[in-house]
Amino acid sequence: MEAVFLAFVLMLSIFLGFELISKVPATLHTPLMSGANAISGITLVGALTSAGAGNEMVATWLGAVAVAFATINVVGGYMVTNRMLSMFKKKEVPSKAGGGS
Amino acid sequence: MSLSLELINVWYIVAAALFIYGLKGLGSPATAVRGNLLSAIGMFIAVVVTLFSKGIVQFEWIIAAVVVGAIIGSVAAQRVAMTKMPEMVALFNGSGGIASLLVGWAALYNSGNTTFTHITIVLSILIGGVTFSGSLIAWGKLAEVMSSRAIVFGAQRVVNALILITLVGCGVMFCLEPSLTSPYLYAVIALSLVFGVMVVIPIGGADMPVVISLLNSYSGLAACAAGFAINNNILIVAGSLVGAAGMILTNIMCKAMNRSLANVLFSGFGAVKTATRVEGEVKPIVAEDAFLILEAASSVTFVPGYGMAVAQAQHVLRELGELLEANGTEVTYAIHPVAGRMPGHMNVLLAEANVPYDQLVEMDDINPRIENVDVAVVIGANDVVNPAARHDENSPIYGMPIINVDYARTVFVLKRSMAAGFSGVDNPLFFGDNTRMLFGDAKASISSVIAEFKS
Repeated sequence: MEAVFLAFVLMLSIFLGFELISKVPATLHTPLMSGANAISGITLVGALTSAGAGNEMVATWLGAVAVAFATINVVGGYMVTNRMLSMFKKKEVPSKAGGGS
Repeated sequence: MSLSLELINVWYIVAAALFIYGLKGLGSPATAVRGNLLSAIGMFIAVVVTLFSKGIVQFEWIIAAVVVGAIIGSVAAQRVAMTKMPEMVALFNGSGGIASLLVGWAALYNSGNTTFTHITIVLSILIGGVTFSGSLIAWGKLAEVMSSRAIVFGAQRVVNALILITLVGCGVMFCLEPSLTSPYLYAVIALSLVFGVMVVIPIGGADMPVVISLLNSYSGLAACAAGFAINNNILIVAGSLVGAAGMILTNIMCKAMNRSLANVLFSGFGAVKTATRVEGEVKPIVAEDAFLILEAASSVTFVPGYGMAVAQAQHVLRELGELLEANGTEVTYAIHPVAGRMPGHMNVLLAEANVPYDQLVEMDDINPRIENVDVAVVIGANDVVNPAARHDENSPIYGMPIINVDYARTVFVLKRSMAAGFSGVDNPLFFGDNTRMLFGDAKASISSVIAEFKS
């Protein structure tokens, strides 16, 4: 029964994901992708439970390595997305920030 | 202090709501920064309440691992150049994938696992492994550590099918007789890593936007499978949201190339057909003449491609755009959906160079009015403006929607030299009556046009 319940959650989330993303403008495809990628670092939550459960040493080690990788994914993903998004600007008063060449 | 399972799950609902709200925010430039922040808060909540759960009794390893991961992640995110963003996204995808593989593996050590749990463990190892090694190969191709061309060999499909069948077979054997040291377990891990390599090597550099978004989707699905393995709702919800989002993007990319996903994954771009070679004479132009034409133009459209990223020409391009606007010219930037090496690659680079996003137009908006554009300037793009896609049935890109720059009154093509473009197809655009070739490094060429403007 538990599995059926989880599958139910899965189905609803997939439909929700399709609904949420289908109208995103092309301009935001990269930040959307890296933002979504950061969310996929949610596996960190699973890694924490493995690393801290006090199971056998092997399990703790596997969990700890998973925590490290998932943290890279989460921290890096959110920061790089934020960095990209902060560059997207609407046209305002012509900016004086010249140069760049 | 520790929280009850019910309370933790209530907090997980809050986190899931923040993820959903955050993804929705990412759908519009005005709300995107806030959306990303909300989703980060959701992640923070999920992590913190997990640490308070009864199941977690030792923290030394967790703290050490989080510190290491956070340092690597934040340094990488701050240091990476915007032109290297596809590589960065590939690596982050890969680390998510390997994390899910390890979570699945570690879940074997939990007590009370059912056959269903073992199936989901195998799935999270499989998807996680494919995501990890596939992302590393994608990174290698993007960073040009290895050849970015499609690597195709004769019996490829047979070999891949055999690997997949063996993989599934080992998975089934493992589920029938699960043990911590089952040889089938190691076989599944090894084969899924091999399979990840095999599925990405036949894909050429120009198809990378599809692969990157597909791997993105896989990293979500891997987290989702890991969620089933450890019976955790938030992993399933967040993972499947990402999985669905990645699928949508993959689909958009495939449509933009008028190809099916199967075709992208299995055909090996440019490896099968050779286009009808076009003969003709190119008409070169020098910066001074280009300047005179641009100065007289009332509307100019820039069409950037991967070459702009390579030449780092986005800043000088923006400067030229501003000079033209000051001169009373209407300036737009037309972006093809698969220009560059990942979805939205060009948009990010132009945003970095301070080009306002409302000046960027999509292919479907520019094509109906391209006849009225005085000058279309192609910077480092090839396939996405290749008219052969419209009429040459032999062309590997036949049928792909393109930006019809050849219908503009004048076309400038900025090109390093007269070599064939990425996919090795000759581009009839270069021989068009209204086409002028401005040879040289894109950044240097634009700089010299700017110099003309200023003198």
